[in-house]
Amino acid sequence: MLDDFFMRALLAGIGLAMVTGPAGCFIVWRRLAYFGETIAHSALLGVAIAVLVDLHLVIGIFFTAALVVLAMYYLERRDTLPTDTLLGLLSHGGLAVGLVLLSFFPNMRVDLQALLFGDILAVSHVDLAVIWGGGVIALGLLWWIWRPLLAATVSPDLAVVAGLKPERAQLVFGILLAAVIAAAIKIVGVLLIVALLIIPSAAVRRFAASPEQMAAGAAVVGMMAVAGGLFASATFDTPSGPSIVVTALVLFILTRLGRTLPAGGAR
Amino acid sequence: MLVKATDMGVRRGERWIIRHVELSVDRGQLIYLIGANGAGKSTCAKAILGLLDIDEGSIDRTPALEVGYVPQRLALNPTLPLTVRRLITLTGRFPGTRIESALASVGLHRLGDPPVTTLSGGEFQRLLLARALLHRPDLLVLDEPAQGVDMAGAGVLLDLIQDIRRDLQCGVLLISHDLQAAMSTGDDVVALVPHEHDERPFGLDDPYAGAARRAAGQA
Ligand SMILES: Nc1ncnc2c1ncn2[C@@H]1O[C@H](COP(=O)(O)OP(=O)(O)OP(=O)(O)O)[C@@H](O)[C@H]1O
Ligand SMILES: [Mg+2]
Repeated sequence: MLDDFFMRALLAGIGLAMVTGPAGCFIVWRRLAYFGETIAHSALLGVAIAVLVDLHLVIGIFFTAALVVLAMYYLERRDTLPTDTLLGLLSHGGLAVGLVLLSFFPNMRVDLQALLFGDILAVSHVDLAVIWGGGVIALGLLWWIWRPLLAATVSPDLAVVAGLKPERAQLVFGILLAAVIAAAIKIVGVLLIVALLIIPSAAVRRFAASPEQMAAGAAVVGMMAVAGGLFASATFDTPSGPSIVVTALVLFILTRLGRTLPAGGAR
Repeated sequence: MLVKATDMGVRRGERWIIRHVELSVDRGQLIYLIGANGAGKSTCAKAILGLLDIDEGSIDRTPALEVGYVPQRLALNPTLPLTVRRLITLTGRFPGTRIESALASVGLHRLGDPPVTTLSGGEFQRLLLARALLHRPDLLVLDEPAQGVDMAGAGVLLDLIQDIRRDLQCGVLLISHDLQAAMSTGDDVVALVPHEHDERPFGLDDPYAGAARRAAGQA
């Protein structure tokens, strides 16, 4: 069962979970779930563009996702519409334009099913290199912006007064999220990537006494979900994305079944 | 002079939240900012801190000023696990002894390291003050630090602020509703009046409000 393609998917998934853990914690802390969905939805537009100009899919998705992040950054400052309305606009706008563009090329070699739900058969050597290379860079960036981003999460005012430049940290985090989501498309798919960001963080919250513990714990739970989900996918021939998310969900429910720990969590 | 605001005004829509505010804080000074709810005290403090842009007037700040800020409110997201010692080092790394002495100065050193969500309102307020102190500020801006602090505690807090001012030789801008303390301990008291500048044509100043403001500013 441990074929080449499976090992590639497993390694890619583990590399991915390494970053989705800490990044997902910030999604939870900063209530950015819809922001994540918006970036994921824009991925279809990215795929259409990648096909049109013959780019690697992950790169195409990353560029559109990053554009969406920049658009959001700009619009939030310039427009009076509420944030979730702006996100809805970009999210569904991007999705719709992407689908329309793709429909112009009926005999194009794009497997929509795989894009939406992930496909472990699709992970190539190049993808693996992109995911691990990108993952290491992403972790480095996250380490660099950790303090300002965390301070801005608690209070942007305190971060500014302390001279931490939270705006820059937030922009870097947005771009980083775009990269993470682009890298995750092959494994989890557009529809479920946000679940991989959120569920592991939610599962470890009550066991964590510090933000750093929560981030590390979420990475570990994410890796377990990816490994378990991929085994299930290979064994039962189920799509990889949903299998991973179901595994994460099971892990989450297991943490809820245990007895309530004293405040402050296990240490 | 640490910071000096001249003819400062902040407008939201057609309404001037604050206008013609003169305020300056020197090293070692305790300056009170008083006024009823909605008078624009917090807005004034944020403008001084550079957290919002002013629409009129100017603010001169000493370059590379180390500022400690205790906001009026801080809503924590319960999904973020923060203990006392983690919150206090949120905006910078500091040696352990310095953290201990900051906690001790606000009377929280025997608390251990519990999650901040378990603190009482007054304890949380003291923690925010300790966090600001840790930066050894030149300028301390405190937005109603005594809220939720018990009566005895409020007196202790004022003594503490006086001690800090002496030890660090910093300037303090203190937002408060305690007029009596302001008059007896402040080096200067700036009074703001709610809706003082409402519904006046842009560019016109009311001489009466101006006189009242000047009188209050020089109290
Ligand atoms: N961003 C904003 N947009 C519109 N109005 C605002 C804004 N910020 C503050 N205000 C208004 O400005 C006025 C002053 O607010 P501010 O918070 O500065 O008052 P305050 O003096 O600190 O009051 P309190 O004693 O209740 O803390 C209020 O009437 C408030 O509604
Ligand atoms: Mg206020």
